[in-house]
Amino acid sequence: MADGDKDLRLERLTKRFGDFAAVDDLSLTVPSGSFFALLGPSGCGKTTTLRMVAGLEDPTAGRVLIGDDDITSLRPYRRPVNTVFQSYALFPHLTIFENVAFGLRRRGVKDYKQKAVDMIELVELGPYADRKPAQLSGGQQQRVALARALINEPGVLLLDEPLGALDLKLRRQMQIELKRIQTEIGITFVHVTHDQEEAMTMADTIAVMNQGVIEQMGAPADLYENPVTTFVANFLGQSNLIMSDVIGASGSDVVVDCHGQKLSVDTSRSHAAGRNAWLGIRPEKIFAGAAGQGEHAGSNVLTGGRITDVSFIGVSTQYLVVMPWGQELMVFEQNTGRRAVLRNGDEVDLTWSPQHAFLLDADQDAQAGMMRPEDLE
Amino acid sequence: MSHVTTTPSPETTAPVDGEVTRRRGWGWLLLVPGMLWLAVFFVFPTIQLLFTSLYDPSGSYETGYQLTWHFGNYVSAIADTWNLFLRSFGYAAIATLVCLALGYPLAYAITFKAGRWKNFMLVLVIAPFFTSFLLRTLAWRTILADEGPVTGFLKAIAVLPDDGRLLATPVAVIAGLIYNFMPFMTLPLYASLDKVDHRLIEAAGDLYASPFTGFRKVTFPLSLPGVVSGTLLCFIPACGDYINAELLGTPKQYMVGNRIQAAFLTEHNYPLAASLSIILMAVVVLMVVFYIRRAGTEDLV
Repeated sequence: MADGDKDLRLERLTKRFGDFAAVDDLSLTVPSGSFFALLGPSGCGKTTTLRMVAGLEDPTAGRVLIGDDDITSLRPYRRPVNTVFQSYALFPHLTIFENVAFGLRRRGVKDYKQKAVDMIELVELGPYADRKPAQLSGGQQQRVALARALINEPGVLLLDEPLGALDLKLRRQMQIELKRIQTEIGITFVHVTHDQEEAMTMADTIAVMNQGVIEQMGAPADLYENPVTTFVANFLGQSNLIMSDVIGASGSDVVVDCHGQKLSVDTSRSHAAGRNAWLGIRPEKIFAGAAGQGEHAGSNVLTGGRITDVSFIGVSTQYLVVMPWGQELMVFEQNTGRRAVLRNGDEVDLTWSPQHAFLLDADQDAQAGMMRPEDLE
Repeated sequence: MSHVTTTPSPETTAPVDGEVTRRRGWGWLLLVPGMLWLAVFFVFPTIQLLFTSLYDPSGSYETGYQLTWHFGNYVSAIADTWNLFLRSFGYAAIATLVCLALGYPLAYAITFKAGRWKNFMLVLVIAPFFTSFLLRTLAWRTILADEGPVTGFLKAIAVLPDDGRLLATPVAVIAGLIYNFMPFMTLPLYASLDKVDHRLIEAAGDLYASPFTGFRKVTFPLSLPGVVSGTLLCFIPACGDYINAELLGTPKQYMVGNRIQAAFLTEHNYPLAASLSIILMAVVVLMVVFYIRRAGTEDLV
């Protein structure tokens, strides 16, 4: 099955539709046996990339390789790749058993019957083997689609928003299930999704895609804690981005002037080249304390905030804090019960550790990657 | 839960029930014009035909007929014309199969390959209906004429012997049937191929099916409802057709339709004509029922 030299490699892959570059000069390597997520908003080119790997779309330029085999020009039915389609694409005229056995029978595998029965058992659909897809629920159909692809033991399994049609609770359940199956059988999974939580829950490595290119690639925690673009900072979770001037370095820190207050950021977390930069800080990394109180040695401090909104969420309380320069910053605080909830109108100072902030290039749009209402499902 | 909902209190259900029956009343009203039409122009004539088939055969157009429940009409009709029945079903079957063989690739091309020419090609399929059926069949006399280009070409490539001809042969009659019923095959096939989800064909390719295997295992089975309705729409009217045999054939190629037409309009032998019609209708219905059972297509209608 999967071994070290079966990495999926995309080399300078490009797909143009007329003048529009859906995928633009994309190169990446997916290590064999890993769970890889292509994450991005709709229209970012992630599905097109997946279809080029499956052979359902011909690349305008570039190569697709599995190990050392160039599969760029292979027809889909000759590729060691299987897909779980977004719509499941189950054959409506065939039973669940026939659907699952389809790939094996096409390849002339002799003991397809036993294998199909075993696979149907694995996805816990034994009693439904003789039914037609239309007689199954959405979650069951999803499992059939997964079984139908997995039974072929492909070099790479492609998943195109496989959980998109399921409701939230079922989706959570299937996320854990998918992760378990992937760990068990060790096949490389390439999972396309627009749901950042889904990508972070399941994947070992996430590539965040935007407008046909990869913005950043890495482990979920690295992407979240140390984003290199405003798009990633906003698309994965939420970020406060404050315009500031870079004024120098001090030890391992970069020192910035943020509307008259000096702050420092760890050099490894500075991704800005110019004199201006977006200072980014995640809302849950900020501590809001009553103004003028407490010691802040070694911390970054922004003074002069005033609370304008308090939302009690249950596990946390979310504050909006208006700063002297008019910008509203978000602050999340766990409801540990150790101190009283702040009230609207309270004067606060915001503090955080220099290891938690990040600096991004000021040329970028501070709104890039933010969820628009139509993206919320 | 279901127990509670099946025995609700009368106060809450009474108005709901009233609404349901009122709606149902309107629904039936919409059926009335069509039902009336069918009653007057289909049910009544069919019963009339049934009675006519049982008239005393010794009656005549001039002297009038008596209803004598003369079932012997059927025996003599079959004894007289069984070969015409066989020929009709044979011609209709060949024409239907050729229509399927020609119509399927055509419908497939229109659905999957025509791109922006799709609507134009569909119009071309329907376009013959803009001209009279009779005129178009007459035109085939010219096309298949002894000195015509088709005959000449077939003679030139030695498919046809030098003294061979097309007109006035079974080939001409069947060709006419194929031509006339082709749209009735192509359109249902198109409708059912067009409904086939393209993603299923992609999925078949993804699961190691070559394009041909994908067609055999996915596209074709999913288009079966179109195959069944297309073959029925071809076969049923072709069985009763008489124009093609009349215009493109000779009495040697006559079909049941020709005999019925002659018996009704020329000989005025109404009992014979009526019993032939009833037999044709019954046999076709039986064949269709058997066919649909075998094809197993419940979602045909």
